[in-house]
Amino acid sequence: MADSKNLGSSDASIQNKISVRSLRKNFGPLEVIKDISLDVTEGEVVVLIGPSGSGKSTFLRCLNQLETVTSGQIIIDGHDVTDKHTDINKVRENIGMVFQHFNLFNHLTVLKNMTLAPVHLKTLSKDEAKKKAFELLERVGLADKAGAYPSQLSGGQKQRVAIARALEMNPDIMLFDEPTSALDPEMVGEVLAVMKELAREGMTMVVVTHEIGFAREVASRVIFMEGGYIVEQGTPEEVLDNPKEPRTIDFLSKVL
Amino acid sequence: MIMIIQTYGTMLVKALGQTVLLTVLSLVFAMIIGMIFGLMNVGHSRILNFIGTVYVDAVRGVPLIVLAYFIYFGVPQGIQQMGFTNFKLEPLMAGTITLSLNCGAYMAEIIRAGIQSVDRGQMEAGRSLGLSYSAGMALIVVPQAIRTMIPSIINQFIITLKDTSILSAIGFPELTNVGKTIMGNTFKNLQAWAVVAIMYMIVIITLSKVSKRIERRINRGR
Repeated sequence: MADSKNLGSSDASIQNKISVRSLRKNFGPLEVIKDISLDVTEGEVVVLIGPSGSGKSTFLRCLNQLETVTSGQIIIDGHDVTDKHTDINKVRENIGMVFQHFNLFNHLTVLKNMTLAPVHLKTLSKDEAKKKAFELLERVGLADKAGAYPSQLSGGQKQRVAIARALEMNPDIMLFDEPTSALDPEMVGEVLAVMKELAREGMTMVVVTHEIGFAREVASRVIFMEGGYIVEQGTPEEVLDNPKEPRTIDFLSKVL
Repeated sequence: MIMIIQTYGTMLVKALGQTVLLTVLSLVFAMIIGMIFGLMNVGHSRILNFIGTVYVDAVRGVPLIVLAYFIYFGVPQGIQQMGFTNFKLEPLMAGTITLSLNCGAYMAEIIRAGIQSVDRGQMEAGRSLGLSYSAGMALIVVPQAIRTMIPSIINQFIITLKDTSILSAIGFPELTNVGKTIMGNTFKNLQAWAVVAIMYMIVIITLSKVSKRIERRINRGR
């Protein structure tokens, strides 16, 4: 993974897909993220684990500015998203996000859910968007659901549509915010399968999850967060099988 | 009662027409006002929030008849004193302004509540795809909010139709005003007001039946 495509460039902020420097985030007096720096290179799959309230989801939401940061810098594909002059909407077109509660547009069919943004933003024509939507639905195994409304889908199907909807924008980076936490256990597998395929194809991914099995199998790096800090990070073998920090050991003993 | 209908029938129907005209005009403006102030109240700009709140509080804090007197008698005098000595407000104009302002404030609240009833995740999903705030509002949030707002909006329509009767106080020739005339001419108070009441009832019941239909159709479409 280290021999990135951007060998010609010496600028670290371009070589890294995501570059976070000294990030802090407060909600009022509550410090959720205390000091986080992190680089993610192209094709890396970074999995964030940690107890609830550790700041994982907030950190993820800062990356595409669904949360504004209190201080620090976040550079995505060379764009400083913490700079007010950056066109954040443009940057977001390249960052797909998948939410815990799917957040499909309830008033629109599956097909419309997928084509709404690219058609409105003119990244695809109507016909191209439709064609692409059907290809993606095929990929996630839901080609027959194009005309269905979200309320007619199971949780697992909704989440697969949500992933397809994000991919419709042709993003370079995908963010997953506990994508399987709201699913019935028997539906977790189908969503993880889609995510594994994405990872195999080389998508740069940042995943907040409690699925340790997924992390072990897919992650290029596992990060354990607690109390707004990165406590420990490394390969899945290092962090999950041979954790060094007592807090990581303690957390893993509870979830494994 | 037959006598009243025979003698005053055309007058009553005309008056009902005026009532409906005033209602429709006011509702159109109230929708526009409500949309603007409703959106101002859900946005994140403190200044816009403040303006929105002041408007809603001011209108809700004043009885409708006082608002009507203020606009019909008060405002023209103020403008005349500013030098425009020929300035006058027709009762229809004053009535429309009064009801639009009044209904608009309630509409703003309905729209605000409707928009806030849509899960925040809907907007976030839209924004994460690269849509602007206003595109997210227009394409994702408002269409979903309208569904929950429709019963309240129709209810507000009915209230506004009834509120037109208050404008008889500024001499607008709507249904209640004609009722007063008939009472004065015939002294058949019971019959006169029974006829007027029934006419209101017919219109309002028809309106609520139609609205039930619309509501059902919209709910089926999801």
